[in-house]
Amino acid sequence: MADVESCLKATELRLGLPGTEETTAAAAALPTPPSTPRGKKRDGNIAADEPAKKRDGETAPPAAKQATVFEVLTRVETTFVSSCRAQVVGWPPVRSYRKSCFQQQSSNAAKQSKPAPPPAEEKAPSAAATTAAAAAGALFVKVSMDGAPYLRKVDLKMYKGYRELREALEAMFLCFSGGAADAPAVNPSDFAVTYEDKDGDLMLVGDVPFE
Amino acid sequence: MTYFPEEVVEHIFSFLPLHSDRNTVSLVCRVWYEVERLSRRAVFVGNCYAVRPERLVQRFPNVRTLTVKGKPHFADFNLVPPDWGGYAGPWIDAAARSCMGLEELRMKRMVVLDENLELLARSFPRFKALVLISCEGFSTDGLAAIASHCKLLRELDLQENDVDDHGPRWLSCFPDSCTSLVSLNFACIKGEVNPGALERLVARSPNLRSLRLNRSVSVDTLSKILVRTPNLEDLGTGNLTDESESYLRLSSALEKCKMLRSLSGFWDASPICVPFIYPLCHHLTGLNLSYTPTLDYSDLTKMISRCVKLQRLWVLDCISDKGLQVVASSCKDLQELRVFPSDFYVAGYSVVTEEGLVAISSGCPKLSSLLYFCHQMTNEALITVAKNCPNFIRFRLCILEPKKPDAITNQPLDEGFGAIVRECKGLRRLSISGLLTDKVFMDIGKYGKQLEMLSIAFAGDSDKGMMHVMNGCKNLRKLEIRDSPFSDVALLGNVAKYETMRSLWMSGCNVTLKGCQVLATKMPMLNVEIMNELDESSEMEENHGDPSRVDKLYVYRTTAGARNDAPDFVKIL
Repeated sequence: MADVESCLKATELRLGLPGTEETTAAAAALPTPPSTPRGKKRDGNIAADEPAKKRDGETAPPAAKQATVFEVLTRVETTFVSSCRAQVVGWPPVRSYRKSCFQQQSSNAAKQSKPAPPPAEEKAPSAAATTAAAAAGALFVKVSMDGAPYLRKVDLKMYKGYRELREALEAMFLCFSGGAADAPAVNPSDFAVTYEDKDGDLMLVGDVPFE
Repeated sequence: MTYFPEEVVEHIFSFLPLHSDRNTVSLVCRVWYEVERLSRRAVFVGNCYAVRPERLVQRFPNVRTLTVKGKPHFADFNLVPPDWGGYAGPWIDAAARSCMGLEELRMKRMVVLDENLELLARSFPRFKALVLISCEGFSTDGLAAIASHCKLLRELDLQENDVDDHGPRWLSCFPDSCTSLVSLNFACIKGEVNPGALERLVARSPNLRSLRLNRSVSVDTLSKILVRTPNLEDLGTGNLTDESESYLRLSSALEKCKMLRSLSGFWDASPICVPFIYPLCHHLTGLNLSYTPTLDYSDLTKMISRCVKLQRLWVLDCISDKGLQVVASSCKDLQELRVFPSDFYVAGYSVVTEEGLVAISSGCPKLSSLLYFCHQMTNEALITVAKNCPNFIRFRLCILEPKKPDAITNQPLDEGFGAIVRECKGLRRLSISGLLTDKVFMDIGKYGKQLEMLSIAFAGDSDKGMMHVMNGCKNLRKLEIRDSPFSDVALLGNVAKYETMRSLWMSGCNVTLKGCQVLATKMPMLNVEIMNELDESSEMEENHGDPSRVDKLYVYRTTAGARNDAPDFVKIL
């Protein structure tokens, strides 16, 4: 698991406010890293007793305590490492039945537009994505890769899950990976797939169920 | 003993509850072998390819309960390619020809086709119970056949199967004369069921003790059903998404179920439903909330804090460490805990850490079975847990990030897991994770004397690791390893051991074709199955330099020889 080890080294946890050199150094190790403040937004369930922080996904408030800084950097580390090991088959060891139940659940939830308030902002993007997909016959999105001379378009409806989408994207951009300058023999799986959601934020692909 | 009439010998054997004991007495002499085999009522086949079905039914023609397991455990995580095998057909065919008295069939991780279920339904006039766990290949049409033709059916228990939905017709196939149901579990059926048919079926099943509904069943239907089942002990709800008025009806229906001890389901549960469950909580011994991401830490703890008699809890990690502290202070009788990840798509973050586990261990000393997915772990925590809970029988820890070290000291977790195997003398099943060196295997081999099943992922430094286990764990039956640096040296280090084990799985390791061939040659009683996938998964990318490297290896002892139903990608040496 060389990928994981090199990512772990690159994301050594150090003290400092977000947006300082530590995160930039970590960012250089990967071609398309999610930026630090955004890393916080996806974790709607980090600490159930800190609703104020997670609501708007902004950087830690100016009066950031040590604990907050560590928390943010831990999110960054986790995010980078996670994108490195995105392709590990069968990990974590969760039965496919369980996974399929969750996929079905989130599409049910979006359909029923429940009266109970959705927990944090996790539900909102899910509902938006579902209605958008349901509306169009095909769902074409622009895809760009750092360093590639031109963009591509993919139809999200062609894929049943993140794995398939990722494999398709890798196949599409395979011709460009040999030319990347930074690291020797850049592996396509080093790349993190991100998207821009309706708020204009750069989000790591994979958090929200595929539907 | 040889002077006793055979009926007396048979009667004595009937007091032997364990399969292993009956197997042993059958070896004593021919007479005992014959008496034993003709009086054997229950047979357990741990690996469907270990013995030929025809052979088995010939030996035990009067068997009433047959249990068969198919695919290796790692098939649950998509590590075994589809179409690998594990077909139920040959077993049902053989039983249909030779075991007319079959009453119960239990299958796990097998491929069951509709035609198999149809044959099953028609072949055994006294058939009473069908239990299918993590199986696939059949549809609701097969269930319709079972419902239609098994006149004495008591138990239809479908757990986590992948079932093709061909509509709600199957449930209506239970004839009006069918009044014998004791247990009905169709939670894994994806589609709708006819509420009226369900209500009528329940109304004519006075012996119903266990009922697990699927997602399509509404709160209203559930309320109507529960009025008919005052003796219900185990309930899996349908969806709990309705408006609050429905819950009032549900609440009064639930009050009538004074025997209810176990709850599951909670599909798409709205937090509104939680207070209506409160009256039940005090009596509950089992609670499964692990399919309910819609309830957060506060809803969960409100419910669980009232479940003071809880013995078994399955929950999602959104319960958080704080929630687990509530569990620890409320559920003093807890024996089994499973904390599942709610985020397993790509990223894998969890709010659950070592703190939750330490809290549980100090609050729940009776804890004996654990499955715990978490974000991080420390040696100190594991050592504490081992001291607090020496009674572990099953200890499965999954740190979401492979090879993650101790979160505080950055050391490998060898010490922590070492403490677990040392203190928990009755440990039978262990899954390890995080950063681990050969040292942990030294401890496992030294102390894991009762260990029967060991799961290893991304662990170890060298062949010595696997050798410690192979040489030390006297009772090892199943060893499954993925992505660990064990090579042919380890594979061939103790070949005789494999005959004492059910199976070995190795994937993403460093074994080669040559090593496997040597194993197959030395041990003709083993099937050595090799699977190299042709599609380009990430594991194949590391394989470039060595085409003889075996991607997936499955070794098992067998009396049946090489199987004839293996697909092209499986090579049997």
